[in-house]
Amino acid sequence: MEAGSAVGSVRIRAGRAAAGLTSPWVLKSASILFVLGLWQWAGTVPVSIAFPSCTETLAALWDMLVDGTLASAYAETAGPLIVGILLTGVGGVLAGLVMGLSRRAEWLGLPLFIVLQASPSAAIVPLITFIYGIGFTAKVFAVVLLSAPVIVLNSYRGIANTPRSLLEMSSAFLASRWQRIWKVVIPAGSGLIFAGLRLGVAQGFTGAILAELIITPTGVGDLITYYRSVADYPAMFASILSIIVVASVSVTLLQRAEQRLFRPEMRAL
Amino acid sequence: MTRSASITSRPGAGDSTQDARGPAVRVVDLTKDFPGGVRALGGVTFDVPRGELTCIIGPSGCGKTTTLKIIAGLVEATSGRVEVDGTPVTGPGPDRAFVFQDFALMPWATVLRNVAFGLELRGVPRREREETAREYVEKVGLTGFEDAYPHQLSGGMRQRVGLARALAVDAEILLMDEPFASVDEQIRRKFQEDLLRLLSHEEKTVIFVTHSIEEAVYVSDQVVILTRGPGRVSKAVRPGVDRSGDSDSIRRSEAYLDWVERIWGELQGYLEK
Repeated sequence: MEAGSAVGSVRIRAGRAAAGLTSPWVLKSASILFVLGLWQWAGTVPVSIAFPSCTETLAALWDMLVDGTLASAYAETAGPLIVGILLTGVGGVLAGLVMGLSRRAEWLGLPLFIVLQASPSAAIVPLITFIYGIGFTAKVFAVVLLSAPVIVLNSYRGIANTPRSLLEMSSAFLASRWQRIWKVVIPAGSGLIFAGLRLGVAQGFTGAILAELIITPTGVGDLITYYRSVADYPAMFASILSIIVVASVSVTLLQRAEQRLFRPEMRAL
Repeated sequence: MTRSASITSRPGAGDSTQDARGPAVRVVDLTKDFPGGVRALGGVTFDVPRGELTCIIGPSGCGKTTTLKIIAGLVEATSGRVEVDGTPVTGPGPDRAFVFQDFALMPWATVLRNVAFGLELRGVPRREREETAREYVEKVGLTGFEDAYPHQLSGGMRQRVGLARALAVDAEILLMDEPFASVDEQIRRKFQEDLLRLLSHEEKTVIFVTHSIEEAVYVSDQVVILTRGPGRVSKAVRPGVDRSGDSDSIRRSEAYLDWVERIWGELQGYLEK
């Protein structure tokens, strides 16, 4: 009897473990924990004296959160980032829209953005200072420079690749030009447009930080530069880690917004 | 001859020759050259009697879908003309509704919105158009699926949505481009019967493109046989299979099998060339 119940409880445990392994949340957390574990191990080896362990970094992150260092740094970084993303978010999607709808705009604009996307942005960012100096405008420009190509090109592809049969359907049912664009072309392209926006936001973060590292040390870029100069490596890594977290959360929120607004059928999957 | 069976008798499906208004659609000497100089249609001419179901049948590449799209006003003819009620067609119009081979449903819209879409584009107020849409969702047998999305439906159900959308705009002429091509055989037969039953209550002229001879004979009042290279009308025939009785006995009847054989013979002659 005892043996039997022991076997039973083992089975239940195994069953629970198996159920855990098929749950997306368990697996997602496991993948993050795995990377953090590797980091912790590498930090205690140690790989280099400039490479803090995961726990040291998290402790530094907590301190910076509590004493308001992070908040004030992000308040500074957020300005150019938000302005730049708004500019490319609206302007870039519009540019992609026009390029997707008009052959002439396509020929005129497409090469520019393809070249921009292929060019090494980090090398171009310093050039901005020659034109816009070292102020707010220059940082906004850096964000725009990095985020625009991917937003424009994705929007363009989303619009230009509207399924032919949906276009035919809208003509057959007498859609006006605007109805066709608003009710068929944009919803059909929204998947690619939002993929572009997500990548664009991620690129925008890169642009904002690059500008703060290369142009003038402010905000989060300044934190990284400062902590490196005083050899406070846990705090430096914590600053970098915070950027990754903030960027990931922004991109995820954007994805949620997309599903809510444009792709209700994705929630019904 | 008209469909006279219990499931197919329709008000107004009278003898077209007696209709003073003439044929619903006239296709006159239609040609279509595609870019690159391929001639898809080489002078297609036929009449579509009012209130009847006309099938266009032919081997692939004979231009049957192109012909249908020219009638719909979705494709421009190189020469020739299409008249609807005596008026030349210059583009899509409210007198014609289209059912697409690949359904052409908006994946982001519910069944109800897809069905109501033609009315939405015409500016019909939401409540009114949804009421109409519900009525047609019920008629095509999709009650309970109003709020489903296309990807949640089977191919046959999706085409029912396409059919309901076309019926909801209440056009006199229904253009169907191989509507059952992507539906499996069992469902196809059920769908054909449902279509005939549905149309028996609606006063519609239907032009139906198919590559299935059995389908053409089963559903049509008139069958227009096209040949390819370039597309031309080989013959327009009126099977007039007696449809009193159930579908199985119709499909076994001599007249039905005879017509299938005759049309097959007609097409075969061209395929061997």
